Amino acid sequence: MAEQQNKSYEFSHKHLLGLADYSVQDILYVLDQAKNFREILDRPVPKVPTLRDKTVVNLFYENSTRTRLSFELAQKRMGADVVNFSASSSSVKKGESLKDTIQNISSMKIDMVVVRHESPGVPHFLTRVVDAAIINAGDGAHEHPTQALLDMFTMQQLYPDLSGKNIAIIGDISHSRVVRSNINGLRKLGANVVVCGPKTFMPVDVKSLDVDVSYDLEETLGWCDIAMALRIQLERQDEGTELFPSIREYHQQFGITRKHLAKYPDFTIMHPGPVNRGVEMESEVADSDRSIILSQVTNGVAVRMAILYLLSGGTRI
Amino acid sequence: MDKAEIMSAEDLDRTYRRFAHQFIEPHDHPQSLAIVGMQTRGVHIGKRIQQLIKEEFDYEIDFGVLDVTFYRDDFRSKLKMPHVQVTEIPFDLYERNIVLVDDVLYTGRTVRSAMDALMSYGRPATIKFCCMVDRGHRELPVAADYVGITLPTHVKEEVRVKVNELDGEDAIYVVQQHEETS
Repeated sequence: MAEQQNKSYEFSHKHLLGLADYSVQDILYVLDQAKNFREILDRPVPKVPTLRDKTVVNLFYENSTRTRLSFELAQKRMGADVVNFSASSSSVKKGESLKDTIQNISSMKIDMVVVRHESPGVPHFLTRVVDAAIINAGDGAHEHPTQALLDMFTMQQLYPDLSGKNIAIIGDISHSRVVRSNINGLRKLGANVVVCGPKTFMPVDVKSLDVDVSYDLEETLGWCDIAMALRIQLERQDEGTELFPSIREYHQQFGITRKHLAKYPDFTIMHPGPVNRGVEMESEVADSDRSIILSQVTNGVAVRMAILYLLSGGTRI
Repeated sequence: MDKAEIMSAEDLDRTYRRFAHQFIEPHDHPQSLAIVGMQTRGVHIGKRIQQLIKEEFDYEIDFGVLDVTFYRDDFRSKLKMPHVQVTEIPFDLYERNIVLVDDVLYTGRTVRSAMDALMSYGRPATIKFCCMVDRGHRELPVAADYVGITLPTHVKEEVRVKVNELDGEDAIYVVQQHEETS
């Protein structure tokens, strides 16, 4: 669709560090290409040899189930050789620095690096130390671009044109990289975004995010076409650093319930996972036919395949 | 840039009709036949033949669309990654007689990729290949079963198959490339 509007358009990025760097056209192009990768997953033999000459390392300094599995599956479906690295079972425990780790891995002839790290900016740093395509799989509270791309891809299955659509993001806004990437992407596509949650979950610079803020779940659900609940990071709820009084209270004020589904019949539920059932939403809400959480997971593989393909480069390194 | 018309709309119509008969001919059970058009122009050529088989013999032949980008061996020789197009095979290939359709047969690399791609959908009984123009210069040991026109060409020439659906006309041209050849 996008490329027909502008024949001269060419995707020219080497890395995917965040959606802040991608233009409207870049985003639409990735989403458009992802549609054609989605089809591979439904084939009897869901594997193509496109990246068989490429080696990808998955560098995970933070725990992850979905993202890591999704990337690994995407890489294997495209025929790439995959090396997995997790900080907990590596020389990082012996005190090796990030730079040394990556330079060592890189000297083993790596074409692409998928990186997740607790510090924002690590993917940017890696682009300066190695000559490989870098894909950000989450850096601190900064960006998680492939998650936002798969969210937008899933939204497009409902609403092919997202401009003017009302998207609510509910929960822990300030600690969420998913929010930041989604806002960057959704605003570029012309969607209206409201972030909703307790005041303690709002970033101090929330006004600079180009979105509206709501502290009222009912009002938000009545307004939105899609409600994306975020995971409440229970690990942040330590003694003395709590951001809200109790999980039960959070659920009462900001949890999506069956009553909400009945009262507001039009909105669709999304969640980047993993869902805390009974916190962000009632278990029945997550499993209801209004929820497209599992399509998000399937689409994640297709979107990551498209990104790996587009960043794999036209010339041999 | 010199341009010579090799086939007109009228010539092409006769060729399409010949293909419709040829596709059906070897099959006692034409329903086992299925046509797979290769992106982009092969899709439109294949659909025409499917339509003619319907008109002349009243057989509904299954039709699929194949994009071979994922299987190509030469895409990295260019600087940008090629645009991936739709693939849609809405039927089971098992034990079917498939005819792959493309506009031009040149090095044979595309049809090699297409055979690889088809195999990932199942195991067809047979695969045949149909092209509008066979321009020579094969780099792989493949040959077409149905050929519109065999046309000896120079490597510097370009063969353009035009289809009404995309180009607003039905014709085949040979274009002489001068200095700007990539």
